[in-house]
Amino acid sequence: MEDLKQKPSEVSRSKSLMDIMKSNISDYFMFIALIVIMIFFTITTNGVFISSRNISNLINQMGYIAVLAVGMTLIIVIRHIELSVGYLAGFLGAFAAIAMTFWGWPVYAVIPAVMIMGVLAGMITATPVAKLGVPAFVSTMALGLIFRGALLLVTMGTGTIVIKNDVFNAIGNGFIPDLPLGGILPGRHKLTLIIGLIGIIFSIFSAIKSRRTKLSYNFQVPSFSLFIAQLVLVSGLIGYVSWILSGYNGISWSLVILLLVVAVFQFITTKTPLGRHIYAVGGNPEAAELSGISVSKITYIVFAAMGMLSSLSGIMYASRLRSATTTAGLGFETDAIAAAFVGGVSAAGGVGTITGSIIGALVMMSLTSGMNLMNIDISVQYIVRGAVLVLAVVFDRITRRKN
Amino acid sequence: MDAPILEMKSITKEFPGVKALDNVTFSVRKGEVHCLVGENGAGKSTLMKVLSGVHPFGTYTGEIFVEGDIQKFNGIRDSEHAGIAIIYQELALIPELSVYENIFLGNEITNGLVVDSNESISQAVDILKKVGLDVNPMTKIKNLGVGKQQLVEIAKALKKEVKILILDEPTAALNENDSDNLLQLIRGLKEQGVTSILISHKLREVMEIADTITVLRDGKTVNTLDVQTDRVNEPVLIKHMVGRSIDNVFPKREKVNIGGEVLRLEDWCAFSYALGRDILKNVNINVRAGEIVGIAGLMGSGRTELAKSIFGNPDKYRLSGKVFINGQEQKFRNPHDAIKASMAYVTEDRKGNGLILIDDVKHNISLANLQEITAGGVINENEEILVANKYRSELNIKTPTIQQKVRNLSGGNQQKVSLGKWLFVKPGIMILDEPTRGIDVGAKFEIYTIMNSLVEQGMSIIMISSELPEILGMSDRIYVMSAGKIKGEMPIEEASQEGIMALAVDY
Repeated sequence: MEDLKQKPSEVSRSKSLMDIMKSNISDYFMFIALIVIMIFFTITTNGVFISSRNISNLINQMGYIAVLAVGMTLIIVIRHIELSVGYLAGFLGAFAAIAMTFWGWPVYAVIPAVMIMGVLAGMITATPVAKLGVPAFVSTMALGLIFRGALLLVTMGTGTIVIKNDVFNAIGNGFIPDLPLGGILPGRHKLTLIIGLIGIIFSIFSAIKSRRTKLSYNFQVPSFSLFIAQLVLVSGLIGYVSWILSGYNGISWSLVILLLVVAVFQFITTKTPLGRHIYAVGGNPEAAELSGISVSKITYIVFAAMGMLSSLSGIMYASRLRSATTTAGLGFETDAIAAAFVGGVSAAGGVGTITGSIIGALVMMSLTSGMNLMNIDISVQYIVRGAVLVLAVVFDRITRRKN
Repeated sequence: MDAPILEMKSITKEFPGVKALDNVTFSVRKGEVHCLVGENGAGKSTLMKVLSGVHPFGTYTGEIFVEGDIQKFNGIRDSEHAGIAIIYQELALIPELSVYENIFLGNEITNGLVVDSNESISQAVDILKKVGLDVNPMTKIKNLGVGKQQLVEIAKALKKEVKILILDEPTAALNENDSDNLLQLIRGLKEQGVTSILISHKLREVMEIADTITVLRDGKTVNTLDVQTDRVNEPVLIKHMVGRSIDNVFPKREKVNIGGEVLRLEDWCAFSYALGRDILKNVNINVRAGEIVGIAGLMGSGRTELAKSIFGNPDKYRLSGKVFINGQEQKFRNPHDAIKASMAYVTEDRKGNGLILIDDVKHNISLANLQEITAGGVINENEEILVANKYRSELNIKTPTIQQKVRNLSGGNQQKVSLGKWLFVKPGIMILDEPTRGIDVGAKFEIYTIMNSLVEQGMSIIMISSELPEILGMSDRIYVMSAGKIKGEMPIEEASQEGIMALAVDY
């Protein structure tokens, strides 16, 4: 590892911790706030909040909102809004239930079919926005009404449709299997720990590789001690989360889906030309168009991605309830929008990250979970969550103005 | 008629890096029509903004007297109170409201709590008579033509006691008939004792209506001419407007190496659906390799529209005519096609449609050519840093790091980022729209030097500029535009400021 260190003469190339903290305070703030909130609830609930069972539940409850928040982030980044996602999720969940229960479709056909329907729905929603400049607020609200009607229509005869497919129901309730290593670490989910370990090793190796490449280009890198501190922090975090999860049933299928969605979208937004184009369209659509980027094409792509994520959300929710209900999806869009804004997305466009919105979703879900454990009345819960949303947005506004 | 109703003494107004007004003195006699002329950027609008309180007291130095009393306007309300009304070139009417609602907007006649429509309408009828406009006061503004809207705007100003009426290029968007009506109205108001200050580029109409003409140039008063006693004609005015000596601020080109034709437009016309009129009429131009072609003209003459219509037509004008690039006819569906055909367009409004201000220097530079640094679908961010640093040092972009947000850079450095972005596309033909607007002298010189080295390497540059010295100092050949038409073409040897301006003000 010696070659990762810098020679003393190159110290000026390295950034100090203070510089990094100062320039990115608004990026880290919500993460710090999340930790504070979690510690607060851990104390007030005598540790119940941080228990394996509760964290595992929290993640499963968050899954179907978090995947929506990922898509909503991109929608808001390109200066639009999507109000139909909740009802679309509800309708597609019901469609999945009907296809399996009444038509006898196999689950492995239903899931891709529903996802394709989600993409198509997203493209239909995008058309008036991208082609005619209809405000997304109006066009998505209208589509939302249509999807709501469609949901009521398909569940009219039956009411709630109970899903009896175990594979489907595992998506929202099941956990990955464990390895048959009964003797070692009894009461712990071994595969979860192993995956955690692999995650740690992978993150260390990729960090080292990226630092090596940067040094080979002769670029500025954080100082060696800071680099080690970062590695320790990230490894500790992954290790701790896997340890907690291993204490209950391990990693849930919901978490697997969520992690996949985050990984794919994080990759697209940060590493690919498509991602750059999305942020450019959000930052300045006219400049983007003159730079050879088709604003309408980007609008279609983002709404289609949102539609696909809505279908996933609908599947996760129906699976979690083991049924399709007439009220499925109600208010999902509000939760997803709130998560995105708490996570630092700017309504002015061009600003907001996938990881930020996931942290935003975690903050909102932690508040719900913690207050539930403290037996706080639902009325107060709404007020607190609303206050946190306002505070987060105000804070974001102030720190951005300063920069 | 001799006492000055308005005197502005030693007015100096500075913006960061630019002295917009430099010790300007401006005096208007009671009851006259006083015209203010000068090139774009001469300081006419700034002077009127100082007068109307848009630039409040304290942000400029100097004194304003109205009828002998010193004035300290802190906003438009103060100047309105003193009897000064200003009508801007862009109309400030609400299209969805009726004529009478617009006239009384902000000063509604109320009946206790509610708006007294009947009283408003009957007063509106009287006011509209004053401007000779015969329309139903309940007509919505959007249903009136531009000429009538202009009259409503004046009516709105006249509802209060107006001593001085300022009109900023009132006839720019009007046809001949409407223009004549408006000038007639100004004469009529003069008879009623209203003093008018008129900003206009149309020298013919200035000659027709003015009692006195003040010429501004580069933020200074050049001359005040009495139309009755001084010998005033268009050539004299043009001479005053442009008659500066051209300092030697332009770098010499090492070698001029002009090759074959790379771009040709044939009978190029454009119709704007948004404006509802033709904005380009039968434009025929050509550009050769290694050449800087200057396109001169006043604002609104169609230069930017020409650039955009060629560059993939993002504003979706209805086009006719032909574009040839390197002898091949091209039909660009969007800017992407134009970029692929080796064109680049550095926009006039770098903040509005040139750069992503909230993003950093490196992302802005790479944006139009990401595929160059992408392998296997993934952007190589390290290569991107190299590219950004390359242009940072080549163009001498002064920024602490390439991670700096572009909005934190100075105008000159933003312009260089814009240039860097388009150089990374490696174009053959580059359109530069007002390449040095709002940037300091040092950065201007650097940009000129870069332009020279680019054409020496065989690139072709179309330079749109309102600054005549720049046009004359940099171009190999010049086209002059006015009202969407090419009014003339001249090789640099035959071009002069007077010659260009005479064509540019020819409507």
